Amino acid sequence: MFYRSHLLFVVDDHSLGKGVKKVIKAIRDELAKNGLDNEVGVLETGTLGYISKGVHFIVYPDNLLYHDVTVEDVPFIVLEHFLKGRPVKKLCQEAKQEVDLAYSQRIVLKNSGKIDPESIDEYIAVDGYQSLGKALQMGKEAVLQEIKTSNLRGRGGAGFPTGVKLEMTAKQEEKQKYIVVNADEGEAGTFKDRLIMEGDPHKLLEGMTIAAFVAGADTGYIYIRGEYQLCISRLEKAIKQAKEYGLLGKDIFGSGFDFEVMVKVGAGAYICGEETALLNSLEGGRGNPRCKPPYPGVSGLWGKPTVVNNVETLSNLPAIIEKGGEWFASIGTPKSCGTKVYTILGDVNNPGLIEVPMGTTLSEIIFKYGGGLKEGEQFKAALVGGAAGMFLPKELLQIKLDFENLSKESAVLGSGAILILSERTNMLKVLRSILNFFLHESCGKCSPCRIGCKVLVNIVDKIVAGQADASDVQRLLSVSKVMQKTAFCALGQSPIMPIASMVKYFGDEIEKFIGEERKCK
Amino acid sequence: MQIVVNGKKLEAKAGQTIMEATREGDIYIPSLCYHKDLTPTGNCGVCVVQIEGMAALKRACVTPVEEGMSIITDSPDIRKLRKELLSLILLDHDVKCPTCDQNGKCELQELINYMDISESEYEPIFTKAKVDNLSDSIVKDTTKCIHCGRCITVCNDIQKVHALCVEGRGFESKITTAFDSSLVDSPCVNCGQCTVYCPVGALKEKTEIEEVQKALFDPSKIVVVQEAPSVRTALGEEFGMDATKVTVGKMYAALRKLGFDRVFDTNFAADLTIMEEGSELIQRIKEGGTLPLITSCSPGWVKFVETYFPDFLPNVSSCKSPQQMFGAMVKTYFAKQEGIDPKDIVSVSIMPCTAKKFEAKRPEMNSSGYQDVDCVLTVREFIKMIKGAKIDFKNLPEGRADQLMGQYSGAGTIFGATGGVMEAAIRTAYAILAGKELDNLNVEAVRGMQGIKEASLDIPLKDSSTVLKVNVAVAHGLGNAKRLLEDVRAGKRSYHFIEIMACPGGCVGGGGQPYGSDIADRARRGESLYKEDSKCEYRASHTNPMIKKIYAEFLGEPLSHKSHQYLHTSYKPRNKVTGKQD
Repeated sequence: MFYRSHLLFVVDDHSLGKGVKKVIKAIRDELAKNGLDNEVGVLETGTLGYISKGVHFIVYPDNLLYHDVTVEDVPFIVLEHFLKGRPVKKLCQEAKQEVDLAYSQRIVLKNSGKIDPESIDEYIAVDGYQSLGKALQMGKEAVLQEIKTSNLRGRGGAGFPTGVKLEMTAKQEEKQKYIVVNADEGEAGTFKDRLIMEGDPHKLLEGMTIAAFVAGADTGYIYIRGEYQLCISRLEKAIKQAKEYGLLGKDIFGSGFDFEVMVKVGAGAYICGEETALLNSLEGGRGNPRCKPPYPGVSGLWGKPTVVNNVETLSNLPAIIEKGGEWFASIGTPKSCGTKVYTILGDVNNPGLIEVPMGTTLSEIIFKYGGGLKEGEQFKAALVGGAAGMFLPKELLQIKLDFENLSKESAVLGSGAILILSERTNMLKVLRSILNFFLHESCGKCSPCRIGCKVLVNIVDKIVAGQADASDVQRLLSVSKVMQKTAFCALGQSPIMPIASMVKYFGDEIEKFIGEERKCK
Repeated sequence: MQIVVNGKKLEAKAGQTIMEATREGDIYIPSLCYHKDLTPTGNCGVCVVQIEGMAALKRACVTPVEEGMSIITDSPDIRKLRKELLSLILLDHDVKCPTCDQNGKCELQELINYMDISESEYEPIFTKAKVDNLSDSIVKDTTKCIHCGRCITVCNDIQKVHALCVEGRGFESKITTAFDSSLVDSPCVNCGQCTVYCPVGALKEKTEIEEVQKALFDPSKIVVVQEAPSVRTALGEEFGMDATKVTVGKMYAALRKLGFDRVFDTNFAADLTIMEEGSELIQRIKEGGTLPLITSCSPGWVKFVETYFPDFLPNVSSCKSPQQMFGAMVKTYFAKQEGIDPKDIVSVSIMPCTAKKFEAKRPEMNSSGYQDVDCVLTVREFIKMIKGAKIDFKNLPEGRADQLMGQYSGAGTIFGATGGVMEAAIRTAYAILAGKELDNLNVEAVRGMQGIKEASLDIPLKDSSTVLKVNVAVAHGLGNAKRLLEDVRAGKRSYHFIEIMACPGGCVGGGGQPYGSDIADRARRGESLYKEDSKCEYRASHTNPMIKKIYAEFLGEPLSHKSHQYLHTSYKPRNKVTGKQD
């Protein structure tokens, strides 16, 4: 059927909460009522990156973005726009500037917002699963080489070279190997993996299958947050479709390569994003981290060699195979290649998801993609990398966001969460809520983290209550340093990041809480 | 392979951790949660060391050595970190040193002292919690718990009891039972291994010193005491004596000094057990009874089999343990012999065991018409009483046990070590079946610390040309017992007789033995028993004259009606979650 116009509704967790399904039904009914259902197609797709535009959809070929649409608006929109050809200006804006900026550079989110994530045919129509076919023909060695050439590094936070990781497991002589996708996105203010999976679940499956082929794994698990209901259902649907098409399961593309994927739903613990805790949880145990070494690549799930990768990392693989490692390596900076998906939150005009090349400056991200600060607000700080990240002040606005440049400032890219804080923010309260987050999420296995988190919260409470003196600030630093040096896993090693950067750049704000007489004491 | 520790070369073995290699090389790295008997967890973080070429510090207890690895175990920076970490740990520990059983042995106390940590100016942050003292054996005080995880490791990995786990997360997490119930409502078998490995006294036995002392003060009571075979192996080490020797005479003397009216010996009852159990074995073999016969001396094991292997209950010997046989005989035979009203007798036992406290309180243990054993003290409680009375144990003149139920054979003595019951039973069963004594009374195959031991024995039957081949097995530690029983159940192994002791090493490694001991201590204590056995005048239970006397004067013969009335018992399955019988 040929439609003169297409409406692409963004159906993700945010719009579902705003009632997108009802609006879609209303618009279909209204179009039918006006006899337009044969002329105007209504499609569901993944995120465009917006999270604060309510129910929104793009109209093609007009390239207009309707946002914050309610059921009540529907008859008017259909009447004006689709019957009379007059776009409803007050409800829409030109989609071009905002969306396309990011689109041109997209790898991971390329299809999101364009295709129906619940249709494997649409994914195949945009060359989906071609890379898998190509990879199976190239052979393990060549694929691995391509991934190594691409210099792709883990997008979960640590930035470990993906090729090296795959190679480590590929080299193991053990017959049974696993691949596990870490989709337990728990970092505060991060939801990139959710929107990636909601928008393009097949891309993850394809990337995962390529990685499994290289590593020699015949079984894969997607360990996913229980809250991610839409992801779970879309992934399960995608797995079913891929199996029906012979793109998963036995003898894929007649290559003799078998690969099965299962979705495992997590129970809501931040610590289970730590790869070894995730493996424990996957095995049905308590989500405590394990000793490393042995690394999962050697002894992981049920003691077998296991590749554990982030959603975004694997979603890069199809493009790398399609266009080559050198193409990927040419994007971004020499050592941090490719793009990075960020979630921008806080006091900006366009909070949401963007995908930009590595090395994009913080300032660009905030002012170009994030739409700048809300009216009348001044920039004060950006918390980059989530709770386990670092506060970057005004002076560092021009910093390039990539593994190397951030590392120079002792900061991390982490999960890619960027929280923008305006002048009006009470920094100490932000710190307090971060420390409370760590206290709540610590697993309790190791003493430094279990006790340290509690002590940190106690101190910051004391400061906020105006009962602290300068030694308490020092103690915040010393306790978090003990944690950094002696905690068992990255969780307990992290609180020093927000604390140290807070004290370094916003020490004067803490001073304000420490009374004069206290200071003299 | 070679590693470099603090600039000096050190030999290490592949597969060793840094901790193991340095301890072997006599280099001390402070640690708190680490225990060499247990799989390390890396929980406390005190043992962090610097490895050349690595940015982060690494835990010595879980980091494997690598060829050429260069390690710094101590430096001003590392020391400072350890001190600050330990002060944090101390904030979460309810400091109750004067009233704590671990005082003087506490590993946290020692470390805090050694590291020269001063009192913190910060308020303690430990979570107040009720002490769980509902179990007959074990008391759990989580306010002292430092979350080292040793109790869980020993309960789950070594004992396979799975009574303990972590509940909750982060600072709110605690070590408890499933559903956070009391230990008394859990599958805990009371073996007390958790108390031996707990570094801080958060787990300890339920003390009965008070009751015993009350009885000792009461002039109307005759207080009778028995001491288990393994008790005498651990006293020397506690009082600065030669730890490779048992201390029998001084043990009796100390008990008399403490005011016990009659000092007997559990070894006597061990001999009695062999008479009954050996006869039961012969009867089952001859009459086609349920085989393999499995020993029942260890109350932790008995609760374990009732809970986790109820299908094996018909295999478990109906014999009571030596403690309970002794208790029944004290209030019947001894009372009759001495013309004492059994109600005036307080029967006390000194045991290496926390489960014995539970066993003594089992409702069926009252065949004498009274509770057969009134109070059970662990070796630790006994030592506390000796120290409390300021008895100079080391210099005590050797004492003697009272005769009636105090004489024993070497077979009774070795009950305290893994394989000992088996060896004792073989000595007697052989003699009964073959009509002559074994040529070599030492059954080496069942001695030693190997988890599961097997032996096969040819017994030429008397008055016949048949040779009976008897297959036996010995397991110590409930994890090994589980492995053995699963194999038996699957038909992979087949035996006539199995000895099982709940604790690794047998009673010498019991849950009531002194704090801070390890597997090597257990092995040494076991050896001291075998040494003692070799010196005994009588080496087989049936040759003990006082055993002959009790059968002649009171019981008649093994497995007689009277024996069954007093010396045998029965078992019932337990719920796996609550540990309760229906």
